[in-house]
Amino acid sequence: MVLIKLKGRTISRGCARGEVLLSIDPISFLGSVDPKTGVIIEENHALEGKSIQGKVLVFPHGKGSTVGSYVMYQLKKNGVAPSAIINLETEPIVAVGAIISEIPLVDMLERNPYEVLNNGDFVVVNGSKGYIELIKQETNKTECN
Amino acid sequence: MYLTKEEEQILNGESGETLRQAIEILVALGDIYGADRLIPIKSSQIAGVSYKTMGDAGLEWISDLQGKVKVPSILNPAGMDLQDWKRLRISPEFAEKQKLIVQAYEKLGIRCECTCTPYNLEGFNVGYGDHLAWSESSAVSYANSVLGARTNREGGPSALSAALLGKTANYGFHLDENRMPEISFDVGYSLKGSDYGALGYVAGKLAGSKVPIFHLRCTPDADELKALGAAMAASGAVALYHVKGVTPEICRMDFEEPTEKITIEKSQLDEVYEGLRKACKEPELITIGCPHCSAAELEKAAELLRGKTVLKEFWIFTSRKLAKLHPEYIKTIEKSGAKVVCDTCMVVSPATNSYSCVMVNSGKALAYVPGMCGAEAVYGSMETCVEEAIGETTKKVAKKAGGSN
Repeated sequence: MVLIKLKGRTISRGCARGEVLLSIDPISFLGSVDPKTGVIIEENHALEGKSIQGKVLVFPHGKGSTVGSYVMYQLKKNGVAPSAIINLETEPIVAVGAIISEIPLVDMLERNPYEVLNNGDFVVVNGSKGYIELIKQETNKTECN
Repeated sequence: MYLTKEEEQILNGESGETLRQAIEILVALGDIYGADRLIPIKSSQIAGVSYKTMGDAGLEWISDLQGKVKVPSILNPAGMDLQDWKRLRISPEFAEKQKLIVQAYEKLGIRCECTCTPYNLEGFNVGYGDHLAWSESSAVSYANSVLGARTNREGGPSALSAALLGKTANYGFHLDENRMPEISFDVGYSLKGSDYGALGYVAGKLAGSKVPIFHLRCTPDADELKALGAAMAASGAVALYHVKGVTPEICRMDFEEPTEKITIEKSQLDEVYEGLRKACKEPELITIGCPHCSAAELEKAAELLRGKTVLKEFWIFTSRKLAKLHPEYIKTIEKSGAKVVCDTCMVVSPATNSYSCVMVNSGKALAYVPGMCGAEAVYGSMETCVEEAIGETTKKVAKKAGGSN
């Protein structure tokens, strides 16, 4: 059952699904993430200590060195990359990293993802067609409703 | 973004996976920055060469690509002299990976000369208004500002994608409206040599990514403009600047003066030189050639070193092509004990990491060496660098506070 479908802008093609992991902080793939484990290692980062492996990673935008694109490729080769990415607005380092790593990426959704999505929600990101689908909301949230 | 039928087919994978990914990168960047279409480019210069910065991930990505580049393409400096890497004590493990990176690029039809000054080489001569996809920040600044060509600050993968397609997305510095001066710097005193690198180091921090226009009391030569642009691209993110009455675009086009005006005082430049006096340690390594030395700079270094003997490690970086063209300068320089090193530089080579204080005559190296090499960096002119290397500085520097030129 599809709860919500939101249109966005295609950045990196492909389609993948996974659990939402929200980061209120921007991410620099060079320095913020351990490319071997996919764990966020930047001190005081909103996701410090959490693994991004297989998650639909939601963060506002990237930051830091252009080498970050290659770190994303290393994450993919090591099997610890996020399954898909949603940004508020993608910047070039993350865009290029997602494309060479074949991680679907959509940005500029028609509604603010931080108001619609919660950690643990199950989401499909269709980068080729430029939309996301919220399939199942996190259990607690559903019960509250 | 409008794509031709042929470009659509490439995006749908009909020309293979490498080109599909290449055009996807350019289309994504074009969409982010509001490009209307792809435009043909004359040449490409590709960053992401040193194993020190790109690692195994970068090597794997390039190795997986297929096909050939469609325009003349060349590489940025690598992490070592590709022929004589042992001289700067590069480890065999690093050398092996570095060679694999260069071989992977070579397979794609890229000229494996590794230099930050491609505009000095045949095949990469650039005309006014030419569209390019260059990625080394100082080469980008030189092409845009000194030659009046048009290129964005391309990242490694996007420059390589542009090379494989022979096209880039039409945004940023390819468009007239983004090339207008946005901030004005007035410099009310005469400058010479390394003063331009010091000026760039100061101005880049103030300009950020804006396009500056300089009002100078003197006329800089090509190497001085190179030093100015390189420093601003490192301490800030300046990709294009104008010098009133000097650079070609400002001479041909009618630009309005920006409302933001800043006067740069002599004392601000003196502060850049002051670092040498205030340094915690004495320089253990002296380096020049960031960006790579031109023929004129090699000649000057040779003249300064003629008949002298250096007491400290002294590395002079240039492109292999220029070193080959001027064996007489190289011979004179090396006779002093200084080393002429090709294909690499003090910023991207791991060799620099083993020194705790490095003296440079480049505003760009001054900005990057501390963070990228973990060494303290101090600034001086080429003359001061030579004096330091031959052991004649100590007595002079104390007297000559801020000693410009």
